[in-house]
Amino acid sequence: MINYAMVIDTTACIGCGDCVVACKNENQVPAGLNRDWVVEETRGEYPHLHTEFRSERCNHCGHATCVTNCPTGASHYWKDTNIVLVAAEKCTGCKACIAACPYDARLIMHPQGYIDKCTFCHHRVDQGMDPACVSACPTGCMYFGILNDPDSQVSRLLRTRRHKTLLPETGNIPNVYYLV
Amino acid sequence: MVEELLVTARHNPKVDPSLAIWSWEIPVYLFLGGLTAGIMCFAAYAVLARKSDEMPFTHDRFALWAPVALSIGMTALFLDLEYKLHVFRFYTSFEPASPMSWGAWILILVYPLMILQTLSTLRRGYPALAGWVEKLPLGTRALDLSENARRPVAVMVIPLAVALGVYTGVLLSAFSARPFWNTGLLGPLFLVSGLSSAGALALIGSRLDCEKHFFTRADVTLIGIELTLIAMLVINLSTGAAQQLETVNMVLGGDYTVPFWLWFVLPGLLIPIVLEIFEMRGICRFSMVASFLVLYGGFMLRYLTVEMGQVSTWTDYAVQFDPQLLLRLTH
Ligand code: SF4
Ligand code: SF4
Repeated sequence: MINYAMVIDTTACIGCGDCVVACKNENQVPAGLNRDWVVEETRGEYPHLHTEFRSERCNHCGHATCVTNCPTGASHYWKDTNIVLVAAEKCTGCKACIAACPYDARLIMHPQGYIDKCTFCHHRVDQGMDPACVSACPTGCMYFGILNDPDSQVSRLLRTRRHKTLLPETGNIPNVYYLV
Repeated sequence: MVEELLVTARHNPKVDPSLAIWSWEIPVYLFLGGLTAGIMCFAAYAVLARKSDEMPFTHDRFALWAPVALSIGMTALFLDLEYKLHVFRFYTSFEPASPMSWGAWILILVYPLMILQTLSTLRRGYPALAGWVEKLPLGTRALDLSENARRPVAVMVIPLAVALGVYTGVLLSAFSARPFWNTGLLGPLFLVSGLSSAGALALIGSRLDCEKHFFTRADVTLIGIELTLIAMLVINLSTGAAQQLETVNMVLGGDYTVPFWLWFVLPGLLIPIVLEIFEMRGICRFSMVASFLVLYGGFMLRYLTVEMGQVSTWTDYAVQFDPQLLLRLTH
């Protein structure tokens, strides 16, 4: 199995939102809907504040509760990878997967009514390219690659830099890593 | 301390600011699903216990209401689907890890048994309807067959109806992503509530005193169990981890405190159990009022559970701001 991962350097991210725009362009996401977003989190007490910018999306979980809860098999793993996709032709729009995602990463694709989410741009990955957001980032703070290849850039970054994932305690095994 | 948390560019409808994917349709379906399970259980019990004289309504007229309730419930479920044309997709695969898939297939098993159970009551319970069925091709044979198979059908109905009732709760409790739902108590709670709703409906329909007494007693017991399960649910959540504590706070001082206790527990459980105890003691007769309150409580339980589960979350992106900060600045 190929385990794809995204590594995002929060210390380099400036919260410009280009990843959001790139995704909307690449995937023709309708106005008002978003597959990725940027969180701006400020912690601490004035004047000792620390702000973190995080570009967030579906975590393409190793244990994807959206897939296990889907009654029709529409939510599935792409080929032999951890990329989680929705087969629109099988989706009933029952929304079980939306409720099942602890990251609230799924959305209802209007007007068709099927469920949509980040695909890690699998159509680009298939051709050896990076996802659109990774390619578009002006600060180059996003990396994409194969986690179970020890020589990949993402593996090397995670070996050498301090990092975290979001809510690993959900048990979903998220695959978007944040360098801190 | 998180003092400020902003999300740019995520305002997905029905997902932000908090989940609102399921409105009235799912609670209606869960309520009617539970009610159906209860009706089927009581109707099967009356047959198995040979209560045709003491409980004529339950024995011969009650079963018909199961397909009525379930069909309305299924219609509500259908209305909730965002992609209605694909409804058949529930039946092109079986996903063992998905409770909703189990539910879809349980319904396929429940329907034929429920129809047989209903047909077997028509000649005695609803002669006009039976006459109409007899005019259909194979109608007479279907009625004969169902009447001959009445006891074996009743035996099979009970486990399936229990599965249906429990499923309406497990459907929600399987969502580990929603802390308020993620407790094993929802299955039994919804089953018991479904049984007590069916008991209340039977109280409205039955005419004989001994039948009414049976259901009053049953309802008092069932509501008692329901109250115990709700207490256990609150204890279970309030002794849990941070996520659970946050969700239970919704009913212990938070936004859902008044709806939960004042609009659900008090009128939907406490008042009817008191009225029914009075009735059992022969102090006065309130059966209609108590029954309608129990039915209302059954619906409110589903409605509030569905809503609170959606509000409860692991990821809270609400902009948080601590006014204390400003105070400190001025000192
Ligand atoms: S983040 Fe949510 S939508 Fe993405 S794979 Fe995990 S559970 Fe599914
Ligand atoms: S909405 Fe579609 S993808 Fe999501 S659980 Fe239902 S059928 Fe599966």
